[in-house]
Amino acid sequence: MALRPDLAIIAGAVPAATRVLDVGCGDGDLIAALRDKGVDARGLEIDAANVTAAIARGQSVVQGDANHDLADYPDDAFDYAILSQTLQTTERPDRVIAELLRIAPRAFVSFPNFAHWRVRLALLWNGRMPVTRLLPVAWYETPNIHHVTVADFRELVRARGIGVEAAWYLSGDKPTSAAAATWRAEHAIFLISRV
Amino acid sequence: MASLLHQIRHQSVTIDRPLPLDSGQALPSVTIAYQSYGTLNADRSNAVLVCHALTGDQYVASDHPATGKPGWWARMVGPGKPVDTDRYFVLCANVLGSCMGTSGPATPDAATGAPLGMAFPVITIADMVRAQAMLLDHLGIARLHAVIGGSMGGMQTLGWAAAYPERLASAVVIASAARHSAQNIAFHEVGRQAIMADPDWQDGQYYGSDRAPTKGLSVARMAAHITYLSEAGLTEKFGRRLQARDAKSFGFDADFQVESYLRHQGLAFTDRFDANAYLYITRAMDYFDLAEPYDGRLAGAFAKASDVRFTLVSFDTDWLYPTSESRRVVQALQSVGAAASFVELSAPFGHDSFLLDVPALDRLVAGALRNGG
Repeated sequence: MALRPDLAIIAGAVPAATRVLDVGCGDGDLIAALRDKGVDARGLEIDAANVTAAIARGQSVVQGDANHDLADYPDDAFDYAILSQTLQTTERPDRVIAELLRIAPRAFVSFPNFAHWRVRLALLWNGRMPVTRLLPVAWYETPNIHHVTVADFRELVRARGIGVEAAWYLSGDKPTSAAAATWRAEHAIFLISRV
Repeated sequence: MASLLHQIRHQSVTIDRPLPLDSGQALPSVTIAYQSYGTLNADRSNAVLVCHALTGDQYVASDHPATGKPGWWARMVGPGKPVDTDRYFVLCANVLGSCMGTSGPATPDAATGAPLGMAFPVITIADMVRAQAMLLDHLGIARLHAVIGGSMGGMQTLGWAAAYPERLASAVVIASAARHSAQNIAFHEVGRQAIMADPDWQDGQYYGSDRAPTKGLSVARMAAHITYLSEAGLTEKFGRRLQARDAKSFGFDADFQVESYLRHQGLAFTDRFDANAYLYITRAMDYFDLAEPYDGRLAGAFAKASDVRFTLVSFDTDWLYPTSESRRVVQALQSVGAAASFVELSAPFGHDSFLLDVPALDRLVAGALRNGG
C-alpha cells in the first residue's frame, strides 16, 4: 500500500533502531512502514475502530487524545514524536508541540498550509471558508479548529525557541521550495527539536 | 450439590513442593487441575496461558463436566480461532482455591482426610499465579508466548507480568483492573454474607453433611450477576415484562422476567460451584491491589516488565471494571516504557462482554498474540 506522501517523507527520514510515537496514528500505516525498517514505533489514536485495526495488525497503539493523554508518557520516552495532519485539530497546538518535545527530543509535525494560493483565492474571491483537497470539510463541521500557515508555524517555533532541523513542502505530491512555500505548499512537514 | 461437584474427576497434577502464600502460611503440596489444547512445539515457545475468571474453570474450550455446556471461551480458543490452537499450546488451570480439581477449601486435610473448609488458608491473586508458575515448571515451560485473561483472569495476567516478567512475552488483559475498588469489594461482601448467613453453610463444614448453602450461594450469584450486565442490557432483555402471567400476582413469586432469570441463574450456579470456593476467591480478588507494595505507585509493579507487550481492552458498558481502571494500568505501563496497547470497545453486554460476541475483541486478541514486536 502506498503511504500518504507526507508519511512517506517521515518514514524515510526516521533513522532505524529508534523509538517513535506516532500521535494520531490512524490504523497504523506509518507505524507499519517504520517497523519494516526496524523502528520501534508505537501509536496514540483517538478513534476506537482505528485503534482496533492497528492492534489487530500486531501494533502497540493506545486509544487516547493528543490534547490530554501525551501527559502520560515520561520525559524522553521516545527518540521521535510524530504528529501528522493533526496539529490543526488540537485544542492548544502550542501546548501539544511542547508535549511532543518533552517526550522526545525531536518531532515531525505536518499540517495543511492555510495560506496555499487556492485557499487564499477561495477566501479572496468568494469570501467563504475554503474547502480544498486537504481541507475537505465545511467550516461548521471541520475538525480543523486551528488553521495554521507555514509562516505562522515558522513564527511559533521561533518565538518558542524551538529548532527546525529540516522542512519539506509539498504541492500535490511534489516538493516545492522553502522560499515559495508560504504560497505554493499545500502541505508542510517540519522536523523540530529542542534547542 | 457440592458433594456431586466434588466427585468429578479432573486432569490434574500434584506437586509435592510447598506453595508459599502471601498470608505467610504455606500449602505443603498443591494439586492443580488443568486442560491443554494444541501441541507444545519443539523449543517450547508457543505456550499461551489462559487465566479464568472468578467462577470460570479450566474447561476453556471443552464441554463442562458438570453442566455439559460448551467451554466458557470456546468462541475465542480453538483451531483457527483468535487464540489459535493450531499455532499455540493453550493451557488453562483451575485457580487455587477453586472447586474444579485444584487445591481449595474442599481439599482433604492431609492428617484427618476431612475437607479443610475454612481451615484452608486465605489466598491471593499472587498465590494463584505462583501456583500456575509451579504448574509450568512441572510441564517444563520456562517462558510463555502470552498470558491472557478477562476480569479476574486479567488480574492474574497483570500478576504474572509483575511477578514473572521474564517468563512472558505478551500479556492480554480484558475488562479488568489492577485493584479492587470499594464498590467491587462491597458487592463481594454482599455475596459472602449471603453464603455465611445460610444456616446450611455450617461454618464452612457442610461437605460431609446432606446440606449445602445453595440458597446463600444462589443469592450471591444473583447479586453478582447483576454487576456483570449493563442496565441497558437488562432493560433490553427483560424490561418490565412479566414472567408467564398476564398480571402482577400481588405476591412474592417471580412476577417479572428479570426475577425469574436471576433465580434461575442463581440456582444453576450451585450445580457447578462450591460456596466456600466462592468465599475464598472473592476474598483473593478483594485483596488484589498491585500498587500496594509500592506505596500506591502502580508503575512500581511493572518496573521489570518493560519488555512485556501489553494489550488492555475495556468495554464502554462495563461499570464493574470501568475503562478508567484500564487507563490507570496503561498510564503505569507507559511510565515504565512498556509497549502497551489499549482500546475501549463498544459492546452492549456490560462486564460480560469479554465472554460474548464482540467481533472487534476477536481481532484484537488475534493481533495481540501475533509477533508484532
